[in-house]
Amino acid sequence: MLLTAVLLLFLMPFVWMIATALKPPAEVFGAGNGLVGSEIRWSNFAEAWGYLPFGRFMLNGLYVALAGTAVVCVTSVLSAYAFARLRFRFRDRIFLLYLGTLMVPQEVTVVPMFILMQQFGWVDSYAALILPWAFTAFGTFLLRQFFLTIPRELEEAATIDGASRLRILLQVVMPIARPAIAVLAAFTFINYWNSFLWPLIVVNSRDMSTVPLGLNLFLSQNGNQWHLLMAAAAISMLPTVVMVVLLQRHLVRGIALSGLGGR
Amino acid sequence: MTLSVPAPPTPRAAAEPGGGVHRGDGRAALGFLAPSTSGFLLFTLIPLVGSLAISFFAWPVLGRRRFVGLENFVELLSDPIFHRVMLNTLVFVVVYVPLNIVVSLGLALWISPRIRGRGLYRLLFFIPTVTPMIANALVWRLLYQPGGAIDQAFQAVLGTPAPNFLGDNRWAMAAVILMSVWQGFGYNMLVFSAGLDAIPQSLHEAASIDGAGPLRRFWSVTLPMLSPSMFFAMIMTLITSFQVFVQPYALTAGGPGVATETMVLHLYREGFVQFDLGTASTIGWFLFMIIMLVTALQFLGQKRWVHYDD
Repeated sequence: MLLTAVLLLFLMPFVWMIATALKPPAEVFGAGNGLVGSEIRWSNFAEAWGYLPFGRFMLNGLYVALAGTAVVCVTSVLSAYAFARLRFRFRDRIFLLYLGTLMVPQEVTVVPMFILMQQFGWVDSYAALILPWAFTAFGTFLLRQFFLTIPRELEEAATIDGASRLRILLQVVMPIARPAIAVLAAFTFINYWNSFLWPLIVVNSRDMSTVPLGLNLFLSQNGNQWHLLMAAAAISMLPTVVMVVLLQRHLVRGIALSGLGGR
Repeated sequence: MTLSVPAPPTPRAAAEPGGGVHRGDGRAALGFLAPSTSGFLLFTLIPLVGSLAISFFAWPVLGRRRFVGLENFVELLSDPIFHRVMLNTLVFVVVYVPLNIVVSLGLALWISPRIRGRGLYRLLFFIPTVTPMIANALVWRLLYQPGGAIDQAFQAVLGTPAPNFLGDNRWAMAAVILMSVWQGFGYNMLVFSAGLDAIPQSLHEAASIDGAGPLRRFWSVTLPMLSPSMFFAMIMTLITSFQVFVQPYALTAGGPGVATETMVLHLYREGFVQFDLGTASTIGWFLFMIIMLVTALQFLGQKRWVHYDD
């Protein structure tokens, strides 16, 4: 009972967001205005959608997040496999270097990254939104952890049958590692979708804006249209909420898998 | 990015990599590593070195750049506004991190016994950590407004108007922290839940048979078994809380005055509003150095309270 009360209190901001998104604008503030206004205005959603090119923002965001996730998954699978299973010179040192960079805050490299984007002529482009964050060491680390738990014997059998390394990775290792890759993909997608600071820096046109930037634009242009802003905020949350609901089974397991849980 | 997922400890129990079935893996390794290392060089290592170099320059976005040595560092260190910015960041970290840990651990403990629907509880508490931070912050900005939901609740329950949370410099930081705890604790809650699930039930049973009460079992069994999770949750939460940006940006714009201006918000303003990239880079390095220092201290301190079971 008490827990349910705590949960309800916790969910209040979201409830208020939806309630405001459905109110007439005059009833957003002021005494005596409750959760439900004098009418329920579904049209606020349509109006918010049309006020700024929100469809475009959603498509930009989806494109950037999906493409980024694809690059992260491919590069992470390959390098994680190399670190987990191949023997080569300086392997452990290179891996340690990867690990070290996990500690570098994004903000340290944001200035040179911006200059790099200027040099490449990438300011205000998809490439600038996608590529700079598609090579973090986290994916390599997470998947390496998982690959190490896969019994070597499985691969040995395939080797005896004459399969190449790449084939072993694709046909033996990856099917087993699917849950780990799914967790990496979900986290990466969410990171891209929610990312704010970098798009704020590198995007300067409406056409290239992602959803968080769109919300920010909305705020600066229509600061007092709270009913529309809340409708837009609610829309912006949909993709990640859907993703988390679909993935809930893996969630705790995924976090345990990244080494954080008990041992 | 907002939801950075932490680096776990190197697994001790894992099989030693290498000793593989193939010989002469060198060339294969080159192929496997090429995509990630080239991107890594271009977008992490080179910018990292570059940012240190840029911090020694007066570097406007447009126009001539000029080598100024340590001038950026000296100027920031003698700037009273930057002092305030550092203090604000520190206050945020010092209040936010313990609150986050206490709330997330408390709820994880509460939910972790096999109560009905715990999966749903976990999911719902986790949702704000994955919704866009800017959207969350805007919702709270609405709640905090005079005449908004919190103000009305004050009127209804206490009969007085609420303080102007975002406009009053005695309240603004507290408002930013409250919103941050709401949005952020779900992640650590899952970390702790995973840790709790992994504690063998037999340990609790053995302790019970030895006559340990619930409190005693918490101190002597749960906490030590959970300490590795706690350690990493703390490190990661500390690191990310030094990077706080969106919440003050969207809630208060750093105000009133500079009461909630944090280091990353200041970095953003110096670099991309004032177009002074040299100073922005220098702030980035201050941030990096502080984070390294704090993380190193944490690692030094871990022997005293983190228990690994070997």
